[in-house]
Amino acid sequence: MAKLESLTGNEAAAHALRQARPDVAAAYPITPQTELMHKFAEFVANGEVDTEVILVESEHSAMSACIGASAAGARTVTATSACGLALMWEVVYVAASCRLPIVMPEVNRALSGPINIHCDTSDTMGCRDSGWIQIYAENAQEAYDSILQAFRIAEHPDVLLPVMVPFDGFIISHTNEPVEMLSDEDAASFVGEYRPRRTLLDVDHPMTVGPLDLPEWYFEHKRQQVEAMRCAHAVIREVGEEFGRRFGRRYGFLDTYRTEDAEVVIVALGSTCGTARAAADEARDAGIRAGVVKLRVFRPFPGAELRAALAKARAIGVLDRAISFGLEGGPVFHEVRSHLYGDARPILPFVYGLGGRDINVEQIVGVFRKLQGARGLEHPVEFIGLRE
Amino acid sequence: MSKLPGWKDLAIGGVIPEGGTSAQKSVAGWRIYRPVHKPDKCIHCLRCWIFCPDSAIQVKDGKVVGIDYQHCKGCGICARECPEKVQAIEMKLEGEQDKG
Repeated sequence: MAKLESLTGNEAAAHALRQARPDVAAAYPITPQTELMHKFAEFVANGEVDTEVILVESEHSAMSACIGASAAGARTVTATSACGLALMWEVVYVAASCRLPIVMPEVNRALSGPINIHCDTSDTMGCRDSGWIQIYAENAQEAYDSILQAFRIAEHPDVLLPVMVPFDGFIISHTNEPVEMLSDEDAASFVGEYRPRRTLLDVDHPMTVGPLDLPEWYFEHKRQQVEAMRCAHAVIREVGEEFGRRFGRRYGFLDTYRTEDAEVVIVALGSTCGTARAAADEARDAGIRAGVVKLRVFRPFPGAELRAALAKARAIGVLDRAISFGLEGGPVFHEVRSHLYGDARPILPFVYGLGGRDINVEQIVGVFRKLQGARGLEHPVEFIGLRE
Repeated sequence: MSKLPGWKDLAIGGVIPEGGTSAQKSVAGWRIYRPVHKPDKCIHCLRCWIFCPDSAIQVKDGKVVGIDYQHCKGCGICARECPEKVQAIEMKLEGEQDKG
């Protein structure tokens, strides 16, 4: 039966990895991820999980080791943050294009510089086109649940793509929260065994992984990745619904809060959504019909679900904890607006919280007020909490 | 290109789903210099056969009988490893091997 524990996000994530019983883990320490794999290594050292932990000298090597292990048929995990993700960049793409179902919790941290160890999503937003599925978690519970689901999604025969589960550095990774863990038996039965169809260790059926893919073949392999992302859409839904049926916490592509009659709606990711819900309540007390859409899955992007969730809004504000220099507004804003193409409603870009700067309820109530007065289509990006 | 399989018919991930397929691939076009074997000088020590990284030295009954130009990339290791006093392999600019 389920039990309630006080865990940090990193500890919850480490437990999810432990319960999925990976064959191989390879990782390199980086703040704020370090504690996650530290905890996982402790489980291995204590004999609580029988995983081969590969000591590596960098994140590039960590992901490379994961690629080799996964191609050999092993259930494989790693974890990283920010500059670690940047250092493994080349092989992040290789993992996806080789169609290896590696699972990677990613603890969001600002990607330098000047150097900063605190939360924003500039690290994972940068690799949104790498071919990895991205499922953002709002809190430790969601990180734990989403990592367990990630194995089912990644290893599904129609998908076979790596999955990263980003959650906010320090805000989630280092904060204790009550987390309802599954029993080891329930987790194992939900995640199941990984049975790869073909592996490098099958000497009776030799194959080559990662050969040179020249112009007459490469494009077709990219098209296959497009298809895998399309298939992932249905699998993410099925897995999230099954998790709900079995354990009581149902997951979809996004969550809505008081959007049924909302005139002004904020779209955001991660831990900020809790603050935004509190702000929506406050705004409603002040007579503003406010609502919140939390985007959980960013790749594949749930365009149809988002359009449905925003159907009744009169004005939409998008909160980005990342920035695209030379473009007005961050990546979430541009994707939301793109999926509302042809829409005559005001859609406003906001950038906040870079390098871990806090955002509070009052500031988000200010966004709702701004949305209430918004008219027209042209809106320059606004920076929340920035000193002028 | 239209005769090649479409994306639905290819193994995913760029995997080549069988072994030994490099034999089917000609790398003749990679060569700039071509090793030319001189049977009259060759002492059949097989150093070239041992060192060739592409298994392109053809040997029959313990004797060098020729070079597999479909798989020779023209690296010149065979000519380098041929004993100095023998020099039975000469590297010639591709296309000029018949000029003597």
